[in-house]
Amino acid sequence: MIDLLLTRYNYVAVVLLLGVGTYMLIENANLVKKVIGMNVFQTGIFLFFITAAYAEGAGPPLVGHGGPYVSPLPHVLILTAIVVGVSLTAVALALVVRIYAEYGTLDEDVLREVRADE
Amino acid sequence: MSDVPALLVALPILASVLALLVGQWRPRAAWAVAFLGTAVQVGAAGLLAARVLGGETVRYAVGDFAAPYGIELVVDGLSASVALLVAVVAFGVLLYSRVAGPREPAFHAQYLLLVAGLSGMSVTGDVFNLYVFLEITGLAAYALVASGESGRAAVGALKYLLIGTVGASLYLLGVGYAFIVTGTLNMADMAGTLGSEIAYTHPAVLTAFALVVTGLAVKSAVFPLHTWQPEAYASAPDGVSAFISALVSTVSAYAIARVIVSVFTVEFFRANPVAQDLVVGIAGLSVVAGSVLAVTQTEVKRMLAYSSVSQFGLVVAAFAIATERAVTGGTVHLIGHAVMKGGLFLAAGAVAAATGARYVSEYRGLASRRPFLAGAVAVLALAMVGVPPAVGFVGKWYIALAAVEAGWWFIAAVILSSTLLTLAYFARLVERMYFASAPTAAAGTADAVGATPDAAVADGSGETAEAERPGTPDRVTPGVVALVVAVAVLSVALGFAATDFAQLLRPTLPELLAP
Repeated sequence: MIDLLLTRYNYVAVVLLLGVGTYMLIENANLVKKVIGMNVFQTGIFLFFITAAYAEGAGPPLVGHGGPYVSPLPHVLILTAIVVGVSLTAVALALVVRIYAEYGTLDEDVLREVRADE
Repeated sequence: MSDVPALLVALPILASVLALLVGQWRPRAAWAVAFLGTAVQVGAAGLLAARVLGGETVRYAVGDFAAPYGIELVVDGLSASVALLVAVVAFGVLLYSRVAGPREPAFHAQYLLLVAGLSGMSVTGDVFNLYVFLEITGLAAYALVASGESGRAAVGALKYLLIGTVGASLYLLGVGYAFIVTGTLNMADMAGTLGSEIAYTHPAVLTAFALVVTGLAVKSAVFPLHTWQPEAYASAPDGVSAFISALVSTVSAYAIARVIVSVFTVEFFRANPVAQDLVVGIAGLSVVAGSVLAVTQTEVKRMLAYSSVSQFGLVVAAFAIATERAVTGGTVHLIGHAVMKGGLFLAAGAVAAATGARYVSEYRGLASRRPFLAGAVAVLALAMVGVPPAVGFVGKWYIALAAVEAGWWFIAAVILSSTLLTLAYFARLVERMYFASAPTAAAGTADAVGATPDAAVADGSGETAEAERPGTPDRVTPGVVALVVAVAVLSVALGFAATDFAQLLRPTLPELLAP
């Protein structure tokens, strides 16, 4: 078990990132921190893909480098996923700015109280 | 001709950019660009559907990279039907939004982007490509929900964004597991590898299935993953609620069907009966829970939103039963629900614009004040309940029959009980409109603000939105009323066409469901 944790520490990091991200997303009352939690969660997935592409002793997939190569496809996928993640963060932060301008708070609990009077 | 699948995606994106640019010069022209764009989209999707519904499958290799390595767009009868539905609903709701707004160029750009995302999800044959279109759809939908003027819309959109992103991310994680064991992203290729080289009972395959289906279930708002949906639908502008409720969850439910029948295939269920039991069980729970929650609502749009939770449970259950008749029923109900629910949201928007009524209690005596709108709401509501010959009946009939044939008595019972519950919440509305006396004109406004809630229990967030009630009645034009009535007529007419449509699907389905 210990051996597995030591040789597969990347996957341990993936699980930790997913857990920390989900916890922040659900438990933190601050809206900006919720968005950060969403980012941490996505980072865990990015690391999962990149780790899966890794091969022991392999080089970058360039012509003339000589095999074996790491798999380039997951890197490309994650590049796309990062772009998606950035756009999502941008939209989320824009919404947070609008909520702050409207209600004057970033705290979810205060927001609920303010909106109860609407 | 074989380039049409790519055009279905490229055309709305192009029109979206064009609408934004033209809108800077003359804001009203953005609507015209969107109108032309969606009209051409209807033509292209119709052309494709006419060709494919004979049983032929159109494949298009994006960028001329051959299938297992490049991205492939695959159009069969199932995907062509959904793509056509997307185009037609987009066209119809656009007509509504010309009168009811929003009218900013940015709105039309986002609208077309959403059409592109939804069309892409329907035609793609690549699991990662599906993720990208899922996120394009999501981003456009979040922005559209937020295009309402109130702070409520922004809060609803943020909640939608946070939960929707987790859903899409879970899907991506599932794709990761599937990719690691199969080494491919192409749906057909993946289906070929699973079961032969990789056993269906492999832990990674099971994990991939669980994550992919859970992720897509979040997007199609199946109970208990529906929490974003009522607030997003209720806080969005009326045209947007109609569009999103009719399409976004619908196409996600289609994606579940696609993943089940084209990637994991029915053989996966045969090897893992527990997986099938779980999906059907949760879907059945969603049917009942969605209906019960809908009965407790006082705001009409929230009630319609919870009704969707219930109907999508039914559709997902049908796809998970995965016999030919069940998938036919699921598809018919998917399309029928989109027309009926979109129509109901349009009607709710028109009623709100005409009389300011947004709560069930305020619909009192609507039939005498707005006979056509009330009639359309009644017809659509009864169609949703499943009164023959409307399309809601045909879908439920197929699903119930398939459930009995496959031995899922539990689902057959759920369909019956949910029909009664659907009747419970829609009958409340119809009773208010036709059999309760209309409030006098003077009492109307005062009474409406202090309206007694119809039910004591509201759901978790339970707030009321009295402050945002639009104060200007009689904004509704004859064109909008005609559109709503047309949708109501369509929901009945589709019921007659549904059996023919089921015949058209016949060549497609056996090929998909072949063991």
